[in-house]
Amino acid sequence: MGQIEWAMWANEQALASGLILITGGIVATAGQFTQWYLGAYSIAAGVLVCLLEYPRGKRTKGSTMERCGQKYLTRVVKLFGPLTRNYYIRAFLHLGLAVPAGFLLATILGTACLAIASGIYLLAAIRGEQWSPIEPKPKERPQIGGTIKQPPSNPPPRPPAEARKKPSEEAAGIPTGGPQENPMPVNDEVV
Amino acid sequence: MMGCWVLNESLSIVLVLSWLGVNLYLFIDTFYWYEEEESFLYTRVILGCFRGPWRRQLDKNLKFHKLVAYGIVINATIHIVAHLFNLEHYHWSQSPEAEGLVAALSKLGDTPNETYLNPIRTFHTNTIAELLTTIAGITGLLISLALILIMTSSTEFIRQVSYELFWYTHHVFIIFFIGLAIHGAGRIVRGQTPESLLLHNITFCRDHLEEWQAQCPVPQFSGKEPSAWKWVLGPMVLYACERIIRFWRFQQEVIITKVVSHPSGVLELCMKKRDFKMAPGQYVLIQCPSISTLEWHPFTLTSAPQEDFFSVHIRAAGDWTEALCKAFGVEGQPLKEPWSLPRLAVDGPFGAALTDVFHYPVSMCIAAGIGVTPFAALLKSIWYQCCEAQTQCKLNKVYFYWICRDPGAFEWFADLLLSLETKMSEQGQAHFLSYHIFLTGWDENQAFHIALHWDENADVITGLRQKTFYGRPNWNHEFQQVAFSHPSSNIGVFFCGPKALSKILQRMCRVYSSADPRGVHFYYNRESF
Repeated sequence: MGQIEWAMWANEQALASGLILITGGIVATAGQFTQWYLGAYSIAAGVLVCLLEYPRGKRTKGSTMERCGQKYLTRVVKLFGPLTRNYYIRAFLHLGLAVPAGFLLATILGTACLAIASGIYLLAAIRGEQWSPIEPKPKERPQIGGTIKQPPSNPPPRPPAEARKKPSEEAAGIPTGGPQENPMPVNDEVV
Repeated sequence: MMGCWVLNESLSIVLVLSWLGVNLYLFIDTFYWYEEEESFLYTRVILGCFRGPWRRQLDKNLKFHKLVAYGIVINATIHIVAHLFNLEHYHWSQSPEAEGLVAALSKLGDTPNETYLNPIRTFHTNTIAELLTTIAGITGLLISLALILIMTSSTEFIRQVSYELFWYTHHVFIIFFIGLAIHGAGRIVRGQTPESLLLHNITFCRDHLEEWQAQCPVPQFSGKEPSAWKWVLGPMVLYACERIIRFWRFQQEVIITKVVSHPSGVLELCMKKRDFKMAPGQYVLIQCPSISTLEWHPFTLTSAPQEDFFSVHIRAAGDWTEALCKAFGVEGQPLKEPWSLPRLAVDGPFGAALTDVFHYPVSMCIAAGIGVTPFAALLKSIWYQCCEAQTQCKLNKVYFYWICRDPGAFEWFADLLLSLETKMSEQGQAHFLSYHIFLTGWDENQAFHIALHWDENADVITGLRQKTFYGRPNWNHEFQQVAFSHPSSNIGVFFCGPKALSKILQRMCRVYSSADPRGVHFYYNRESF
């Protein structure tokens, strides 16, 4: 259990809690329960939690599966800098958001779930984890002519492939040499 | 086209549909019972049901397990939302503003000799307090939390991040089932007793409140018996039996006959156990008490049933597997003496056997990445059954496709193919197995190297006689070729690997099966983890 990244689980738990808060809030508001205004609060808190937690953070080891369409929210969450990067802040934010919903029965489950998520985030923060955005890799522009190692230095007709130097057998295939034996030393541009 | 898919999956479809059908019938039956039954008329009155418009394959076991879990979540949500409304209505019925029948019903139970109907006895309380002072409320909250924790730690992402977290959190189901069984013990939902129904005619009395002391004796109520335990008892007993069997198997001795350390950190363990019988495609659960006493990890068997041992190939890909590889002396560790190797416990074998391969005259086996492991067992088994033994075998041609990004971790499999190739040509059956390897993760340097050695006889990377291809297979081309070579056969297609490729192959099977019943037919089978 030593290697586990607790923040990943905290993120799933918090996202689920957000959805539960929204559901409980809708039930209380639509049913016009006593103190239904807490239900309205719970919907707002749930939406905030969902928006914050939807973009998954990057794992420290290995590749991370992105959630569908999360890159737009990643940009927004990234803007807040240390406020969203630091898990201590997230832990206390979730705890704070959870408390008012605890006074209404319909949302008490959401409170409990969000409180648990807050606890897991606290554990993640103590272990030094932080949120880093998943950035798309910059597309590598294909360099025109980048694969041409060395243009032929002799005019045609040039000797065919068999006359080329055989590469060494044990190399995994780093190509060596130019197209033919040259009387003058020619520099090899190895990619 | 659609027919092919339906027929292949027909048994699992029938089972799932019957299960769904039974659930649907039970839901409708219970709903109508509460709706029509006389003893619950007053319950329905308080809850306002008369007001307003609202009146709620044993080897596909993992899929079924998830289906049941989703079913539980949906039903739990409906249950929770319904009871939230119920508690509000019960509470409101005690308010001074409630009048008429609802108010009269709520007052029942205040005087001695009266049984109560409304579980909330006074208006001066709130629903949270009422919830937390009942068994149903507390157990309900607890088991909902347990269910949510299980769900969030079982997503595919978390299973990849930390299998151990998933495994340990899942055991919270014990709290779930115990809580579920005692959830109804408080008997909050109350119905009129049969004796009271005889004395108190509800059709007349419900509209004549003034007669309630005279013609209509006060109705008496009793709580409904909990019934959830009746449903969960059976499965709980079965599960307990399974764990007892696992414990017994844990005690059984497992002898490690061979430990091989393959390149790229793959550990092969050959073991023997009394009365162990397997079929290709099955898996076992392995526990190593010196690493962890609670974890059992699944591994596909890579040996054939005809061999006198069983083997698994384990790659270090997480905490437990890394610890195991270290304990068995992989990669540079000093050689271990047989008596110093850690003890292993093996449970199994489980899972669907791939023996259907032998029922077709021609079989296509397609393995992607790590999905190659069950095919190791299968190919060995095919060798023993069809090539070595002189028995008549229905199967007479096997096409094997292996798609792999990085062959490094599977060099042991390439060795297996090489040895099969040699053995088959010795037996004069070189045409029996035709395999095609596709490397999808090649780079330019490799391409140069391969191009330079193109004319040689053996493949430069694997050493096999059949050349490796680069890039993904062109399935249309492959299926066309196979259909052309076997124009009127039934061809079994067996696949193990990612879902996306599975869909493609299913489509190929549909497209290239001929409409003529005497023509070529592809039957798709998928092995899944």
